Amino acid sequence: MSIRHGLLALLERGPRYGSQLRTEFESRTGSTWPLNVGQVYTTLARLERDGLVAPDGEDPAGHTLYAITDPGRAELRQWYERPVDRTNPPRDELSIKLAMAVGAPGVDIRAVIQSQRHATIKAMQDYTRLKAQALAEIESGRSGERDDLAWLLVVEQLIFQTEAEARWLDHCESRLVRLAGPADRGAEPTPSQATTTATATASAAATDLPRRARTRRG
Amino acid sequence: MPDQPVLQLDKLVRTHGSGATEVHALRGIDLSVYPGELVAVMGPSGSGKSTLLTLAGGLDSPSSGRVLVEGTDITTASRKELAALRRRSIGYVFQDYNLIPALTAAENVALPRELDGISARKARVSALAALEEMGLGHLADRFPDEMSGGQQQRVAIARALVGDRRLVLADEPTGALDSETGESVLALLRSRCDAGAAGVLVTHEPRFAAWADRVVFLRDGSVVDETLRSGADSLLSGQAAGQ
Repeated sequence: MSIRHGLLALLERGPRYGSQLRTEFESRTGSTWPLNVGQVYTTLARLERDGLVAPDGEDPAGHTLYAITDPGRAELRQWYERPVDRTNPPRDELSIKLAMAVGAPGVDIRAVIQSQRHATIKAMQDYTRLKAQALAEIESGRSGERDDLAWLLVVEQLIFQTEAEARWLDHCESRLVRLAGPADRGAEPTPSQATTTATATASAAATDLPRRARTRRG
Repeated sequence: MPDQPVLQLDKLVRTHGSGATEVHALRGIDLSVYPGELVAVMGPSGSGKSTLLTLAGGLDSPSSGRVLVEGTDITTASRKELAALRRRSIGYVFQDYNLIPALTAAENVALPRELDGISARKARVSALAALEEMGLGHLADRFPDEMSGGQQQRVAIARALVGDRRLVLADEPTGALDSETGESVLALLRSRCDAGAAGVLVTHEPRFAAWADRVVFLRDGSVVDETLRSGADSLLSGQAAGQ
């Protein structure tokens, strides 16, 4: 996440001081990526070192204000024009976990998938409620419409991301079922045994998962 | 004391065929849906989702187990009782809307009440009220072919919940809609449940299931898992605590 460019974008709207930048950043992104004031000041110091922002006096309350410079504006334009770098996909714990689970002894990969699906759908339910709230705020025409719209876009991105994950999990499961079919028949557990095992795992998952989810969410 | 469930499935089993060709569509499902609750049922094809909905609506009979709608066991009800229950208590929403093409939106919504023996005038009044309440009043005099898919589906929801019907069973209601329109259908379903209806939504789309209070996962005719509702704030509250 680019705090640097986020702060430059806010400063383009006019001079601001550190904790003000933090508040505005969070109201746009709904605290999805919370900043602490320390990060804000460290980033401002680097931006100043690079000539992209400059101190701009104090406000009546004595806060040090920062303003964007011309090189800062140029950097910000470039950021908007440049696509976000995809050459190094971020390390994804779930992909790594499933990659390791394939053929791992004593690991029921379908249970791993279901446990993740549970958590993913749960997150989507929560995001969807946040989205419905944001939509209601916007429709009611109450204050900060731009911030609400910005937050709506962020929460919808989270929904799309979790949706992609849920679809990918469905895909993994059906692929595993398809590929495992003939192998299972070769490896010889009778259909009735296979069913018993599946049901046992399934009911274990059913009793175990909601409880885990509850404690995790407190 | 909690409300009585609007829909209660009790050890529901549905088996097709027998002997070597026996297929277990449902293997003992327990599920209660309370007023104000929207429950999504997800699962791979063949997991029993649609069978569950068909049994819940009394369109098919279980091999064993009970289906209680507003406390009445529809598996032991007479044909006449069942028909009355379907008219008065249960509403369906299908993927392809199933509005009657020769009737306007208001007439479609009035139909279940008229079939229930209420005068045409009264039925029309309650149909218009239902449409109005769901923000669909402007569609009252349109015929199905004069409405978009999303509008037809929202009218179908109004028809499902006209009068004092409180149970809506929706089978892939967004299947034929683009995602934006699908959202508007889900938003309406959600708001009807917030207003006190009970809904069961069968879908394979995680994004639509996410509108539900609970998501139940079926596999091979059994419930393997379900998510429980939590407060919307819990998700980001850990991070936002410093605010």
